Amino acid sequence: MSKTEKQKAVLERYMRLPQPDDKIQCTYVWIDGTGEHLRSKTKTINFVPKTPKELPVWNFDGSSTYQAEGNNTDVYLHPVALYRDPFRLGDNKIVLCETYKYNKKPTETNHRKTCCEVMERAKDQHPWFGIEQEFTILDSDHHPYGWPKNGFPGPQGPYYCGVGANKVYGRDLVEAHYRACMYSGVNISGNNAEIMPAQWEFQVGPCEGIEMGDDLWMARYLLHRVAEDFGLLVTMDPKPMQIASGHGAGRSAKMGDWNGAGAHTNFSTVTMREENGIIEIERAIDKLSRHHIRHIKAYDPHEGKDNERRLTGIHETSSIHDFSAGVA
Amino acid sequence: DLPQGDRVQALYIWIDGTGEGLRSKTKTLDKKPKSVDELPIWNYDGSSTYQAQGQNSDTYLHPVKIYPDPFRRGDNILVMCETYKYNKEPTETNHRKICKEMMDAAANLKPWFGIEQEYTLLSQDGHPFGWPKNGFPGPQGPYYCGVGANRVYGRDVVEAHYRSCLYAGIRVSGTNAEVMPAQWEYQVGPTEGIHMGDDLWVSRYILQRVAEDFGVVVSFDPKPMAGDWNGAGAHTNFSTEPMRKPGGMEAIQNAIDKMSKHHIRHIKAYDPREGKDNERRLTGAHETSSIH
Repeated sequence: MSKTEKQKAVLERYMRLPQPDDKIQCTYVWIDGTGEHLRSKTKTINFVPKTPKELPVWNFDGSSTYQAEGNNTDVYLHPVALYRDPFRLGDNKIVLCETYKYNKKPTETNHRKTCCEVMERAKDQHPWFGIEQEFTILDSDHHPYGWPKNGFPGPQGPYYCGVGANKVYGRDLVEAHYRACMYSGVNISGNNAEIMPAQWEFQVGPCEGIEMGDDLWMARYLLHRVAEDFGLLVTMDPKPMQIASGHGAGRSAKMGDWNGAGAHTNFSTVTMREENGIIEIERAIDKLSRHHIRHIKAYDPHEGKDNERRLTGIHETSSIHDFSAGVA
Repeated sequence: DLPQGDRVQALYIWIDGTGEGLRSKTKTLDKKPKSVDELPIWNYDGSSTYQAQGQNSDTYLHPVKIYPDPFRRGDNILVMCETYKYNKEPTETNHRKICKEMMDAAANLKPWFGIEQEYTLLSQDGHPFGWPKNGFPGPQGPYYCGVGANRVYGRDVVEAHYRSCLYAGIRVSGTNAEVMPAQWEYQVGPTEGIHMGDDLWVSRYILQRVAEDFGVVVSFDPKPMAGDWNGAGAHTNFSTEPMRKPGGMEAIQNAIDKMSKHHIRHIKAYDPREGKDNERRLTGAHETSSIH
């Protein structure tokens, strides 16, 4: 038995220990000061919560998560969305939280508060979202998982939705993640292998309103946590493998050609879904076209600098600078 | 999983002569005991545990508390013990005897403790677990409460420990990954009186025993890595009943005032080397106050 297999067998034995009925482990999950990374810690509670409101507000040291400086670094965790824990099983829970500063203001990366207010105001429109989260699996050396060490696989073409040990890398992780999401209550609607090998996609939705954000962030947490169990890393960086440059003579022009990882977002309101909804859709597109730069800045935690590496106009993307619309 | 009939295994645990190391050995009992009073006093050779010298090295184990055994399960038990010399005096590192007398004297104040035990996981070569060999990970920042194989090292040990403590009836109130990678924290409490000490020590035993199964080592050293790496402490939350009542702030300030007059004496009591261990941690940097 390999060392990791032995380790997992040992853990399994402990996790089979019966847990007292009145002791539930609740993992509080939050987004840290980077706006993209997640943190978590666990609290024992003595009842099985049915809604997030039943759970106590907790706190942590914000100076350790890029969320506070100076003297008053207590940051508060307000539970907002409850899920079943696919790692500890039983009645154990994972709860997504909003973060607030000591003065009761939301922290800088707590965008959920305003989002939730907006979703509440728009609730008569029944806004539905479906987000296609793409990601890349990396080995512990940060090279894409399954790729030859210090090297590259053959050019893109055979990998998208592929099958076979030379076509897809990391299916076990993806399968485990899918099942974990389904168990926990995240609305995961599908998955597929992507164009770049070691790149995958899963879709969350259709979700209405703020549920979209909650389920998507929880799905991300579960993904990182499942990957941890496999000893692998997951990155949602939009362009993990750049186009290679300066290669020697004879090297195929396609060697450096790797797709990025985005999050295509499907959206509709109730009027768009009704008869002649296309009119409503066109109205919305028109409004979006006027806020292109402001929106691009909001789409990644570096005000567009991350996506700039992905949205080049090639590799199945639009250029980051142009707004365009069409009917498929 | 082999059935064992009525006989049970009792694992006697004690603190050795260093004041920080734990030892254990097992005895078979004919049947499951109903209370700790039914358990026999046992003994061992104290010269093998820095607890005795010379001719009369018999050291006696007095059981003080029973816990269900998360390793052997069934009706098997862990037994926390106090140690006594052949002349019936407590051994030098048996601080529990006096502590219990204090706790009994203060019982009507209902003293509650919550202790945040920090610790570091090390590989068998003594380097922190998961760190690159002969090297260091990236600087602190992304690790606290982190998730991901490049952020936290050793979560399996933590999970197994948490579940084992819950099974054993120890009130572990939470866990989190700490600021230095491979460093973790769990909290025991709120627990009243002497139970705090018993539960904390047994939780430390369980932690070391779980880590043993994973082939990693637990260190409670306050500053395992010199340089820009956080230390590992045991922040202690405390209150008495008057402090918990309305107007309790006054009782708290009284207590603080009393404590301020015994700083040096207390610092000497906080680690087994009269403050020399904590001196490496309490520098005034890395989220600590200066030891002075």
